[in-house]
Amino acid sequence: MANTAALNGIHGLRDIRRSPASHLTAAMEAGSVEGTVILEEGPFQTMVGLRVDPRSEEGARVAAVAGSLPTRCGGVGGADGVSVLWLGPSEFLVVAPEEAHDSLGGDLIGSLHAALGESPGQVVDLSANRTTFELSGARARAVLEKGCSLDLHPRAFPPGTALNTEVGNIPVVLEKTGEESYRLFPRASFADFLGRWLLDAMREYASPEVP
Amino acid sequence: MLLISCPNCGSRDETEFHYGGQAHVPYPENPNELNDREWAEFLFYRDNTKGAFAERWLHSTGCRQWFNMLRDTVTYEIQAVYPMGTARPDAAAAAPDSGTASTAPDSTTTGTTAPDISGTSTTPASTPAPEGATT
Ligand SMILES: [Zn+2]
Repeated sequence: MANTAALNGIHGLRDIRRSPASHLTAAMEAGSVEGTVILEEGPFQTMVGLRVDPRSEEGARVAAVAGSLPTRCGGVGGADGVSVLWLGPSEFLVVAPEEAHDSLGGDLIGSLHAALGESPGQVVDLSANRTTFELSGARARAVLEKGCSLDLHPRAFPPGTALNTEVGNIPVVLEKTGEESYRLFPRASFADFLGRWLLDAMREYASPEVP
Repeated sequence: MLLISCPNCGSRDETEFHYGGQAHVPYPENPNELNDREWAEFLFYRDNTKGAFAERWLHSTGCRQWFNMLRDTVTYEIQAVYPMGTARPDAAAAAPDSGTASTAPDSTTTGTTAPDISGTSTTPASTPAPEGATT
């Protein structure tokens, strides 16, 4: 976390901000099975919707600020704690720590704006648009496979990959961050449903395995 | 369930896509000059082809990009996937290797506008599912 003084910005509103799945915190703690599958809601993050042609001059300028832009489906670019997820040939989602937000002392959005300038494209603050679920553990993939039609086997979906898809019929960006860890980015209004859906899918792993 | 090869994302389930109707229906050059019947025909009248049919598709839960597809309305065989704004490919040329719906388009459609998705291990396109592997 950044320094507290900065986080108290936005006229003190930061203190009363509630994350979309905060009411499920206790349920997620109870539903997680240590060593098997863990579900948590991640911290607030700065998210920026980016639309720019990556092959253009402005694309190169924006890439320099963001770290890099992924060039193909599944790619994740970025640098220094900033991830740039591929959403389309000219559409990206920038995910950065909360303190990168301009209202909290950072300059991510402002510098992306400056890099794009008057060129065709879009830089939009989407920090409140999606929340983050962090799913990890040996059974994480099995949980996702109950409601996702993609091939999640590591040969097709290695760490450092992010894909637009549906999990439990909810549109999410699904990012694989490690061998057994995933981040799911659902829109805020779907967080409750998806959180409960994941908990339901995890439930069987709390019981002893039937031989 | 159809397995559709998005030019950007590779093979994905049909449920990720939205159908956009018949392709190659141009907006009238001068709509003001149309009478009501011609305008209605532009808006509502579409071919009802039995066989190869050119249609528009949107990968709505994926890359959100439109593309055209040549599909047989009887067998559901996907004969070609090609970018918006390009002419309808010759069905006879695209069909002969009569591959599965999942493999034929991949080799023909990655134009200059789409990132090259062949040869990467991160997309499903590089590991086409065997026929019948769809659920
Ligand atoms: Zn796509």
